Amino acid sequence: MLIITMGTLELKQILTGHKGRVWNVCWHPKGTSIASCGEDKTIRIWAPEGSKWAMKTILTEGHTRTVREVAWSPCGSHIASASFDATTAIWDKSSSEFECNATLEGHENEVKSVSWSKSGQLLATCSRDKSVWVWEVTDGEYECAAVINAHTQDVKKVRWHPQEDILASASYDDTVKIFKEDLADSDWSCIATLSSHTSTVWSLSFNSTGDRLATCSDDQTVKIWQEYKPGNNAGVPTPNNESVWKCVCTLSGYHTRTIYDIDWCKITGLIATACGDDIIRIFREEDDSDPNQPSFNMVCAADDAHTQDVNSVQWNPAVPGQLASASDDGQVKIWFYSE
Amino acid sequence: MADTLENINPKLYKKIDDRQVTADDENEDIVDEFDSREIFDLIRNINDPEHPLTLEELNIVEQSLIEVDNEKNKINVQFTPTIPHCSMVTLIGLSICTQLLRALPARFKINVQIKPGTHSSESAVNKQLADKERIAAALENGYLVEVINQCVFIK
Repeated sequence: MLIITMGTLELKQILTGHKGRVWNVCWHPKGTSIASCGEDKTIRIWAPEGSKWAMKTILTEGHTRTVREVAWSPCGSHIASASFDATTAIWDKSSSEFECNATLEGHENEVKSVSWSKSGQLLATCSRDKSVWVWEVTDGEYECAAVINAHTQDVKKVRWHPQEDILASASYDDTVKIFKEDLADSDWSCIATLSSHTSTVWSLSFNSTGDRLATCSDDQTVKIWQEYKPGNNAGVPTPNNESVWKCVCTLSGYHTRTIYDIDWCKITGLIATACGDDIIRIFREEDDSDPNQPSFNMVCAADDAHTQDVNSVQWNPAVPGQLASASDDGQVKIWFYSE
Repeated sequence: MADTLENINPKLYKKIDDRQVTADDENEDIVDEFDSREIFDLIRNINDPEHPLTLEELNIVEQSLIEVDNEKNKINVQFTPTIPHCSMVTLIGLSICTQLLRALPARFKINVQIKPGTHSSESAVNKQLADKERIAAALENGYLVEVINQCVFIK
């Protein structure tokens, strides 16, 4: 008999202040503060004050339209913000206050997502214009290193591999693509296309080692993809001497509307999802799960986690079990998961 | 907007009578749940983008194609383009969406879709109308909002 240990997701605090929909939350790499953004065109930074979280800073006037996503640099001294105004702003905290010191232009329309590589020397952005851009960061200067036109539709999300300079993107064209730089000619090219979802892929998240990827979609499923490197023991063929990514697990029947975000905790291995049915769900891999055919169980479903669609979920990178979420209801919430 | 009309001579349909107010409707002690007639009344008078006619008169919206689930907070609206190649179909869907988003409480999940089998690019249009991020971006576009407001404005 299979016994699933159910956990509980306890609401710790509600952070109010944004006007209208909150699109995204992002933890500082040390887990000591949160940045959030939304349709009110602002970025808000929250940090503990005594036993409670409080709003510390509002960053305004960087964007003229919705701020869709924010991302802290790995060193924690910069924030990148992607906006529907077609630009990405870089906020710098070298002095005591955050200042917008660079605006990255080039996308034809809405920028949907932004992500920093592990080293902080590469930045990726993607847009409704179907392209993914890679920017090189040198001495505070941002230079476009590549414009990748591999997707056939609106690109929703970009995420870097946790260790290597490998980039993944998710799109309205129902696919996920993996990109790598060819060191011979320093050209960025698509090395894998992950096809299986039957509608828009909204988000993706690597596991801690980067050999697995979790994706979520408008088709109401979550998929787990496994990387098979050339010469793998499982005997998966790798033409072109590049890794092959195979869908090894599909979680269906749990979500009742579009899944807007997914985050794979690098500490605990737990997967959290943000869904259009207002629920936050948490999944855990079974202990004796076969790596080539893994099983994941839902260990928690927080009904009415928000009063409207949940747009974003993210685990604290330093405090296991601590989770932040953002919703159309205008709120950011802080949760704690325990078994 | 195109200079020439795509569908020069659309078929016209009779408007339905105004809703009859019942004693229960006026009784403050009875909770009035949203019903399909109420949703229909919100969208029937939206103007067609190219004809000086309402969506009801062109039979683009019908009460029988509206589903309301108060308990699950779900509202599904299907609409029928006047011709299978109508290029205005996204704009019409967006106008219906906008009107319902503005008029209804935020708890409702609103789905606006083309009636199956009535448009050549049905699935592509439905996918776009179901993508709230693209709807949000469209509603930040000043020109588009002006066009939608002209459709939604009741004469």
